[in-house]
Amino acid sequence: MSYNISFEDIEVGQEIDTWSRTTDFMNWNRFAAVNDEFVFIHMDDEAGRAALNEQGAFGMGNLRYTYLLNMLRDWAGDEAEIRELGVQYRGINQKDDVLTCKGTVTDKKVENGENLVYLDIKVVNEADDNTCPGHAIVVLPSKVTA
Amino acid sequence: MTTDTPPETLVTQEMEDAKGNWESETVSPPVSESDIRKWAIATYWPEKPPEIYWNEDYAKTTRFGGLIAPQDFNPFAWPIERQIPAGRATPQGAGVGTRGMNGGQTDTYGVPMKPGDVITTRARLKDWNERQTRLGLTLFQEREVEWRNQNDEVVKTRLSIGIRY
Repeated sequence: MSYNISFEDIEVGQEIDTWSRTTDFMNWNRFAAVNDEFVFIHMDDEAGRAALNEQGAFGMGNLRYTYLLNMLRDWAGDEAEIRELGVQYRGINQKDDVLTCKGTVTDKKVENGENLVYLDIKVVNEADDNTCPGHAIVVLPSKVTA
Repeated sequence: MTTDTPPETLVTQEMEDAKGNWESETVSPPVSESDIRKWAIATYWPEKPPEIYWNEDYAKTTRFGGLIAPQDFNPFAWPIERQIPAGRATPQGAGVGTRGMNGGQTDTYGVPMKPGDVITTRARLKDWNERQTRLGLTLFQEREVEWRNQNDEVVKTRLSIGIRY
């Protein structure tokens, strides 16, 4: 059992463990293969430029979403429940970008017997541009009821 | 025939007709352990994915009692018959209104997907708005998707924004 963190350990303002990947065709092609997401703009520089991205092919928004889920899962552990995740795709994931997922606790409360933790989350590139702002709600186990 | 005159709107009659109406349901093949494992490897690449997605002995010790799928796992990937939703752009693009981009989404999760699950989905074009952006005339479409398992339990609901420009 992976019991990473409990509700009582959480403080508002706390930053959670970051999660990072360097992205290129090795990541994008693997994701395309499992998600059946073979789209020219993610595979071909000419198609990427035709879609108005001067640098060529670019990464999938869905993969950044996955990376955020991975960050939350790795931080919260297998006894936690990710209840909600919402994002906006505001920037382009260029080839060879180093993407880092970050999260900050904005609130915590008990509702209907559930220990809810609210977070602001984002995916930044190596220039610290926020390419993917969002929010998440995670249900954590309690030391009291464990 | 081509024209240099940009369109006044990207909204089509097909979209007007589809607005608010649930499209026909789609049923997935049974979720397989192998597909879960491959999904986890691909999305954690190049590092090893968590054991909850591939080690049954470990997964039995968790509150799930067995393997689960990552929450973004897509059991509808690789269909035999492909459907194109109303208002969908062609991402490679060939002019104004034919280019597409993913604007974002909010997923609310219910029960996890497990090996053997059969997922049923339905979707609808919920709403849209259109305005001038740095990309030119741009259409933002809101789409709602619902997934349920074979026990009629909600797996997730999604509100997503598709962008055409």
